[in-house]
Amino acid sequence: MSALDISLTVNGEPVSERVEPRRTLVDFLREDLALTGSHVGCEHGVCGACTVRVNGEIVRGCLMLAVQCDGATVETIEGLSDSGEIADLQLAFEQRNALQCGYCTPGMLAAAQDLLKRAQEIKNVPSRDEIREHLSGNYCRCTGYHAIVDAVEAVARARVVSKP
Amino acid sequence: MKITGDSPPVLSALDRPNSYIGRSVPRPNLQRLTQGRGLYVSDVSLPRMAHVAFVRSPHAHAKIKNISADAARKSPGVIAVVTGPELAKVMTPWVGVLTHLKGLKSAPQSPIAVDVACWQGEAVAAVVARSRAEAEDGCELVEVDYTPLPAVTDPETALDAKTPVIHSSLGDNLCFERKLDVGAVDKAFAEADAVVETTFMFGRHTGVTTEPRALVADWNAGDRRMTVYHGTQAPHMMQDLFAKHLGLASDQVRVITKDVGGSFGIKVHCYADEMATVALSKLLTRPVKFVADRIESFVTDIHARDHRVKAKIGVNKDGTITAFEIDDLTGVGPYSVYPRTSGIEANQVVSLVGGPYACANYRAQARVVFTNKNVMCQYRAVGHPLAVAVTEGLVELAAAKIGMDPLEMRRRNLIADDAYPCTSAAGLKFEKLSHHESLAHLDAMMNYAGLRAEQKNLRDKGIYRGLGFASFIEVTNPSAAFYGVGGARITSQDGATVKLDSQGAIIVHTGVTEQGQGAESVIAQVAATAFGVSIDKVRVVTGDTDNTPYGGGTWASRAAGIGGEAAWQAGKALRDNVLAVAGAMLQAKPEALDIRNGIVVDKANGTERLPLEELARVAYFRPDTLPPGFQAELMATRHYVPRAWPFAFTNGIQASYLEVDTDTGFVKLLKHWCVEDCGTIINPQLVDEQIRGGVVQGIGAALFEQCLYDERGQMLNGNMADYLVPMAAEMPDIDCGHVVSPTADSELGAKGAGEAGTAGAPACIMNAINDALRPLGAQPLTDMPFTPDKILRALGKV
Repeated sequence: MSALDISLTVNGEPVSERVEPRRTLVDFLREDLALTGSHVGCEHGVCGACTVRVNGEIVRGCLMLAVQCDGATVETIEGLSDSGEIADLQLAFEQRNALQCGYCTPGMLAAAQDLLKRAQEIKNVPSRDEIREHLSGNYCRCTGYHAIVDAVEAVARARVVSKP
Repeated sequence: MKITGDSPPVLSALDRPNSYIGRSVPRPNLQRLTQGRGLYVSDVSLPRMAHVAFVRSPHAHAKIKNISADAARKSPGVIAVVTGPELAKVMTPWVGVLTHLKGLKSAPQSPIAVDVACWQGEAVAAVVARSRAEAEDGCELVEVDYTPLPAVTDPETALDAKTPVIHSSLGDNLCFERKLDVGAVDKAFAEADAVVETTFMFGRHTGVTTEPRALVADWNAGDRRMTVYHGTQAPHMMQDLFAKHLGLASDQVRVITKDVGGSFGIKVHCYADEMATVALSKLLTRPVKFVADRIESFVTDIHARDHRVKAKIGVNKDGTITAFEIDDLTGVGPYSVYPRTSGIEANQVVSLVGGPYACANYRAQARVVFTNKNVMCQYRAVGHPLAVAVTEGLVELAAAKIGMDPLEMRRRNLIADDAYPCTSAAGLKFEKLSHHESLAHLDAMMNYAGLRAEQKNLRDKGIYRGLGFASFIEVTNPSAAFYGVGGARITSQDGATVKLDSQGAIIVHTGVTEQGQGAESVIAQVAATAFGVSIDKVRVVTGDTDNTPYGGGTWASRAAGIGGEAAWQAGKALRDNVLAVAGAMLQAKPEALDIRNGIVVDKANGTERLPLEELARVAYFRPDTLPPGFQAELMATRHYVPRAWPFAFTNGIQASYLEVDTDTGFVKLLKHWCVEDCGTIINPQLVDEQIRGGVVQGIGAALFEQCLYDERGQMLNGNMADYLVPMAAEMPDIDCGHVVSPTADSELGAKGAGEAGTAGAPACIMNAINDALRPLGAQPLTDMPFTPDKILRALGKV
């Protein structure tokens, strides 16, 4: 099948590329746009290392095709970093050593931010069990998750309490 | 807020005015990683770079009759299709043996199979193309004509006369054998009040690093050098291997290791497909990239822990352990893995069983056999999870048999804290351990008595909770005794170079590598303290064989203890050199000066004399103003290797509290504790996180992880949907505690902390499950992983 033209917005910038239909979103981001912050871990939707935001919802970049993103708004770790949207979460991860090798971290941050945004909307600090449940689609081999839960819990508390 | 703040220094012996020893300073490299700005090998792209994908054997054992690649060669984007015999012209085969493991044997292994494929997943041809996708398209078009051969898949029958021999040149399927008989074992069993005997089974599992193995090899025919960007734990070791098997001098090979997406022992071995990638780059004179996909990771990343251990313990009514005996059998795949060999894991089991206990009678046998499954080798905590599970499983079964509390049983048998130095029955030399203090700490930390009361109350309501424990010892800071003495070119020493830059900051080059464990932070903390600057004035450089001192890298929990000591000594040496310059500038005696927070001060009263920035300006740009004949030396290198002890043993104890659903067989982990003694703690937060991460890998082994093979040698669950790993929702919070017994072998006194969590956790979980189910009369579970169906079977429900 021949390549298709797609136009989308990636991290606030308009992008137009010609891609093969079989190209996954994460391969498109990494190889065509050189946005290497999104990582490839399993390529079958289990590990969550490729988690990015498409039209405001977190998705697995390995389970979505680039051609499906024609007209979409895509946000990756590079965009989330540059906009400052998750600066407090990144700082909490750094202070709590909630990452070791860092390979799962961009996806983990995107998944955590998804929970934190909802928590902020309903003004409710999620329990540790709820945090664990929400992050249960993101595989981390290094930390054992305890530190990640600590960091997310701390940010949830700070956001809900200080920004009511 | 649960975020731990910076904690004050705890160690007076190393307490310099701006000491970072014992403080939880954040790692300097984390912002790069939280922003997605790391540079993993998967991210590396070079001009003219090609990608390789491998055609892999679908058979566990098969003769390769013919490979037809014409269609693949015509596939769009394909640059070359290369077979084993073709690649053999560029690269020599290797044999994974060590002379100190007497009798260990293996067969030559090639980068791509020649004539015979020996496991499902072994590469039989390489397709190099402009993109990975095109390389995989090409693989689809390669036709391989195989003659299937009988597969050896059961270790129990691998040595039987009627079982085919995998490598006829070796004569049989025995890779390695070790026997040990110490004390009077038969007498001790005969005179014991009770003897408990059982068989422990351990599921073959693997590392599942989040970033798969990856490298980019770049042979530059112009300067005749091979540069390899490699996600490895041991750059200098790989430099040596690449050079040796390509017929190059080692200075013709440069290995660069940037960010590594997890390693845990998976990335410290010689992999055939990685060697092939390097050889392909030389053959094709262009950069070639290989990134394993998850499916190939499962069938080619080393597996570990596939052991069957028959075990026996003798015990008296007063709780005294009279003897241990084990018979270990393990099937390691068709080759002993190069260069560390596949004999070490079983060797460790023999050495470590019974290790925490003062029991003089011990008999062990271990046999390592070849099979037609993926290769096995050293993965985090090598051998320890098995030895600890066998020992601690026996101890708790014996305690139950004589009706003694499991902690009391340990109190009566653990080597006394004042008995050191001493030697174990297996011959391990212990400098200073703290089993009893650790146990007391754990007892208090977890409120043992309170949990026992809660457990009893809940049992009356039909809720079955269990408490399980595991005392352990752990090999860290290895000397040359581990590999060097056996002829492997794996260095146990490590080096650090510290240099003053022109603005008064320092740059540290270290031979140890960062795998996410925090080595860069530890090295920076140590160098800043030894030299006398704040930590933001330290930059650490790792992972480049052209630019770092020759070193072993990261394995066997050595980075902090060995690399840290080298950095400590180098920092002190540079301080002396800089104070010589300061003395010349200030007309003062160098020994009366010190460096504190980046300023040269009078040692006696701390009076500030000269900022380092000014000293560096003069030394670098106005050396003409220094006294005639004085030469400033602003770079210092020191090396360190443990000499007094072959290994710095650490110790500790873990506990697990869990609940078993007796209707479904599901296990809910409620809490986990670990008290560990790793000597001097350089960064408490990093030590705790190593323990937590390690514990969870051990929990994976106990509850979820197993590479399932059928009798034909086909792996049945080689993907992340079917091979289960610990995820956040199932894992407990983990509390850590510490006892500090520094090693006197180094000034820092630090031992390793990277593997203790993994060593003890499986035993804890096993013991806790059995503790939960004991009142129901369930057969003790000793066959990991403890899946719901095994639990229901033990309960007689299915």
